[in-house]
Amino acid sequence: MSLITIAGRERLSHTAPIGPPPSPFLGRHLRPLAVPIALLAIWELLAHAGVADPRFLPPLEEVVARGVAEFSRGGLAFNLLASLERDLIGFVCGSVAGIALGLAIGFSRLLERLLGPVLLVHRQIALFAWVPLISMWFGGGEAGKVVFIALAAFQPALINTWQGVSGIPRSYRELAEVLTFGWFDFARIIAIPGALPQIFTGLHSALIYAWTATVGAELLLNIAPGIGGRMNEGQHLFHMDLLLLCILLLGGVGVVFNVIAGSLEHRLLRWRIP
Amino acid sequence: MTGPVAISEQGRGQSHALEIADVSKRFSVAGRRVQALSHIRLAVDDGEFVSIVGASGCGKSTLLRLVLGLDTDYDGDIRVDGHRVERPGLDRSIVFQEHRLLPWLNVEANVAAALRQSGLGAAERGELVRDHLHLVGLDQFAKAYPAQLSGGMAQRVAIARALVTKPRFLLLDEPLGALDALTRLRLQDELQRIVRHEGTTAVLVTHDVDEAVYLGDRIVIMHPHPGRIATILPVTDAVSRDRSDPNFIRLRDEVLSWLGVSRTGIDADAELARRSA
Repeated sequence: MSLITIAGRERLSHTAPIGPPPSPFLGRHLRPLAVPIALLAIWELLAHAGVADPRFLPPLEEVVARGVAEFSRGGLAFNLLASLERDLIGFVCGSVAGIALGLAIGFSRLLERLLGPVLLVHRQIALFAWVPLISMWFGGGEAGKVVFIALAAFQPALINTWQGVSGIPRSYRELAEVLTFGWFDFARIIAIPGALPQIFTGLHSALIYAWTATVGAELLLNIAPGIGGRMNEGQHLFHMDLLLLCILLLGGVGVVFNVIAGSLEHRLLRWRIP
Repeated sequence: MTGPVAISEQGRGQSHALEIADVSKRFSVAGRRVQALSHIRLAVDDGEFVSIVGASGCGKSTLLRLVLGLDTDYDGDIRVDGHRVERPGLDRSIVFQEHRLLPWLNVEANVAAALRQSGLGAAERGELVRDHLHLVGLDQFAKAYPAQLSGGMAQRVAIARALVTKPRFLLLDEPLGALDALTRLRLQDELQRIVRHEGTTAVLVTHDVDEAVYLGDRIVIMHPHPGRIATILPVTDAVSRDRSDPNFIRLRDEVLSWLGVSRTGIDADAELARRSA
């Protein structure tokens, strides 16, 4: 009897998961949140069980209280906006330059031969290795920070645009020849739309890299208004709640960026969905 | 080397729309010279429908590339109205085996893309696109994207794109080869109707013997290694366009025997040797 049920259950497991089908809401919207919520719960548990020193790991509600206080006074909101502004300027400069150069290299065999190897070496250099050089050349102030962020965004935008354009299939290039397209029509009708999915992938990465670089620049270069500045403050004044709050905030902004980029991508590349 | 003036003078005497004069083409594959085409001579008149059949590797698609002007590195001459083909032009359109529609453009925009270099105004272009979508029976799908179409529909869009420029020559490179048998038969009828309606001169490359006989006014049979014309068979009026007609079947069998395939499956080599002799 039991053998039969086991066999029956086994057969079922090949076709469908056992148990009631997950409700669409729970399935689609809550599942990605399960792990973060669990982590917060463990944090809370550790803080209250006396396992962790509350000076190093304050409970969640203290961090939340700190957040409420900071935002109601406007201090953290001001710093967040300062970081976002810096991030945005760097991201736009870097990704525009990256896309422009990527298109140029993708179109020109000569430029590809000249610049390709250099750029591939440049890619091997860790982003943060540029920090000392940038601070010497551009200073540790606002200019240096923005250059560093732009450099972070430049890399993925460039590489993806370049590879997107040079990956246009031969058959489409031949089609352009048959339709007697000039350079401009080839770029506008075939190359740029064809490379667009990869350009978006590049921009998406650039957005995340730029945000990482923003915090990096604020932590490593001169202190200025921004989330990184507050984190420095938290470290020096031993305000663990502030530090943790800033980290949560950084993650939150990253998630928001991801969602915005994903939905823009989905909307602009509708032709890919049959 | 005769100059362009001399060629056009010479061309005026002959009234062929398309003339392939003693064309040979060699490729270099992995350091080895391969003769793809050897001394091809073929003249196509206005309004004619010429089918080219042959086994794969006989150079029939290469020949179309040369006529298109995608490759000008060959011996001999390809002339349109006596002028040597130097580059692709809107007077010669092609339908490839794969539809090659641009997936990011909808049906309408894909067809309109062929008119980019036509110099026509927007209104005129729009009308041409509408007319040709109607011609291939896809008026309802103007806004659809290629990913939403079946293989047969996508190929019809490709045919509309090839014809929208009102080309003098329609080159068809196994255009129905990737479709299922039923769709293929249906599109053969449609292709015949459309080409007649437009009055276009057509050159069809295929390895489907029935298709070649059904659509062609003449059938060019090519042999491989090197690619060369074995013979050219006229499709007389006596052969009605009925795939079951005895005359149709007789002609089809003749083409098959030229290609080394006998009806009974035996004596094929002997037949081929006799034909080639």
